[in-house]
Amino acid sequence: MVRILGALVGIFFAGMMLLSFLWGAIAYVGSPPAATAEHEFHEHPTKVAWTFDGPFGYYDKAQLQRGFQVYTEVCSACHSLHQVAFRSLAALGYNEAEIKAIAKARQVPSVDPNTGEPATRPGMPADHFPAVYPNDVAAAAANNNAIPPDLSLMAKARHDGANYIHSLLTGFRNQPAELLKKFPDSRTPEGLHYNPYFANLNLAMAPPLTAEGQVTYGEGQPKPTVDQMSQDVAAFLMWTAEPNMEARKATGRAVIIFLLFATVLAYLSYRNIWAGKAH
Amino acid sequence: MSFPWAEHYTPKNPLMKWVDEKLPLPRLVYNAVGAGYPVPRNLNFFWNFGVLAGLALTIQLVTGIILAMHYAANAGIAFDSVEHIMRDVNAGWLLRYAHANGASIFFIVVYIHIFRGLYFGSYKAPREMVWLLGVVIFLLMMATAFMGYVLPWGQMSFWGAQVITGLFAAIPVVGEPIQTWLLGGFAPGNAALNRFFSLHYLLPFVIAGVIILHIWALHIPGSSNPTGVEVKGPQDTVPFHPYYTAKDGFGAGVFMIVFALLVFFGPNMLGHPDNYIAANPMSTPAHIVPEWYFWPFYAILRAFTMDLTIPFTGIVLVPAKLLGVLAMFASILLLFFLPWIDTSPVRSGKYRPLFRKFFILLIVDVLILGYCGGAPAEEPYVMISQLAAAYYFAHFLIILPLIASFERPDPLPGSITEAVLAKSGLTVDEAKPVAAAAE
Repeated sequence: MVRILGALVGIFFAGMMLLSFLWGAIAYVGSPPAATAEHEFHEHPTKVAWTFDGPFGYYDKAQLQRGFQVYTEVCSACHSLHQVAFRSLAALGYNEAEIKAIAKARQVPSVDPNTGEPATRPGMPADHFPAVYPNDVAAAAANNNAIPPDLSLMAKARHDGANYIHSLLTGFRNQPAELLKKFPDSRTPEGLHYNPYFANLNLAMAPPLTAEGQVTYGEGQPKPTVDQMSQDVAAFLMWTAEPNMEARKATGRAVIIFLLFATVLAYLSYRNIWAGKAH
Repeated sequence: MSFPWAEHYTPKNPLMKWVDEKLPLPRLVYNAVGAGYPVPRNLNFFWNFGVLAGLALTIQLVTGIILAMHYAANAGIAFDSVEHIMRDVNAGWLLRYAHANGASIFFIVVYIHIFRGLYFGSYKAPREMVWLLGVVIFLLMMATAFMGYVLPWGQMSFWGAQVITGLFAAIPVVGEPIQTWLLGGFAPGNAALNRFFSLHYLLPFVIAGVIILHIWALHIPGSSNPTGVEVKGPQDTVPFHPYYTAKDGFGAGVFMIVFALLVFFGPNMLGHPDNYIAANPMSTPAHIVPEWYFWPFYAILRAFTMDLTIPFTGIVLVPAKLLGVLAMFASILLLFFLPWIDTSPVRSGKYRPLFRKFFILLIVDVLILGYCGGAPAEEPYVMISQLAAAYYFAHFLIILPLIASFERPDPLPGSITEAVLAKSGLTVDEAKPVAAAAE
């Protein structure tokens, strides 16, 4: 009985699947889905050799500081970093006084101690990076209706995050003539900017890094080309997204060594106990 | 509930004697996973995965309980509280990555455990109850994992909750009220997040309870083995301790190495980047996909693209969405009937040449379903998953009963010991002096 009912259910579901398949296949052959510009012109991020790649990866503090400088001077005009506390900048190699100065340069929301009215005060190391806009409506209003996303986790919130950020920042270009020839309706709308690394190719953000030397790097640092600045800020955002990466990998190396040792011992004791016992 | 030759617990220490008289808990452990449980001597490494699943559950319980001390189940701050754990809690990143990847490795282990049962016929009499309880555990795991994935309140959390509770909305008439009731609102929100947290904390303990029943039911007939031939005498078994505790110890070491590689060197490899974006009801992700361990079932769900209609009238009997939901649930629930669907008297796939071919096909099929379930819902993935889903149902419901009727199994060994000794080229009689000398 179970088997007869089971077979009927099986024939029903398998049959429906095969029918759906045939139907879909006929439709597919009859009118293949139209190609889209996103499908054909979207590009995957190019690989950069990062210091934080691989099991021995580490953050290059000088690079993170340069990236922080790019963030401060360029990105922070629109993008917040609200998961990050000033105190954690110690990981970039800043000392206490420098962190205090960095925090103090930013106004954080507060309450006027005399009137109780909303006010601001200079930041302290324990504060997080303050929001750029008072709320989403203000952010959208100031940016042609697109809200600039918070960047704290951006390097983990996109596939292949650090490479993606670097490629996106260096990927702005004019729409290829070939694209317009093939997809005349896909012209980049007014106010958006073509970028093949962006999922739907058209991005509200204008190219933020446009000229060499836009940010002035300190003495002994590499030349601030657009590519260099993009790499530096991508590395910095990898750090904001994964500040404990170095500790994680160091712990991991020790754990793996310990486990290999323990597993060899466990294997030997297994062999010892089973010795002479055919199995 | 054991073989007559099982060793007996005899406490020597007066304290243990005293405990044994008042509460024979050590005796219970001794008989369950100690020297008092005789186990077939020929278990291969696939038999490690039951214990490994228990280890994975333990990891989840320990890390989960600590995470709950720092997590805030409130839609306004849940996402930031997870980041607080990652940044400010001592070793918080380790706890969270271990918990998130612990879920993945738990499913990897359990899938291997299930497929081991499928290949070696562990679901067959007299172990049907073990199998049934195992399917219950699997269902509970799926519910727990789904609700756990909602808790970080990222984009995939939110939209996953929307899609999965939306499955119930496909039920005619009462569907939408059921979805509203499940969520405590018209969309996932604070009410849903709170009840999911509550249930996510509760269900693992229910799982632990059902695991106890699963092991209890297993100990009545005793463990199955790769030959599928039942234990016939003391020479067929070894005591669980030290033989299988040692073997499981080695297995646990390998398991922990794989787990540590994931947690320390690729903690986000199995996750979706969108869940690092805070939940936003106003913005739907381009592709909503569940965690990888649900992909095969998700592929079956999405494979139904055609309504069931009365031909030439256009009257819809069952809409495609409901069919997909029914098929997805059926794909798991059919496992409950497996012991009575597959009537072949031979348990182990080792002696079933025809079954073995179809079993390999099933593994490939499920992998294809998994791949398609993680891919976007577009061609050719939908058509491939339709073919794969058709085979999935046909395998369990049509092919298995047919094989049972037509297959001519290979000759079975006379006993476990005979099979073991044949591997070293000996017969039972020849082996006696050798074995005696060795032991």
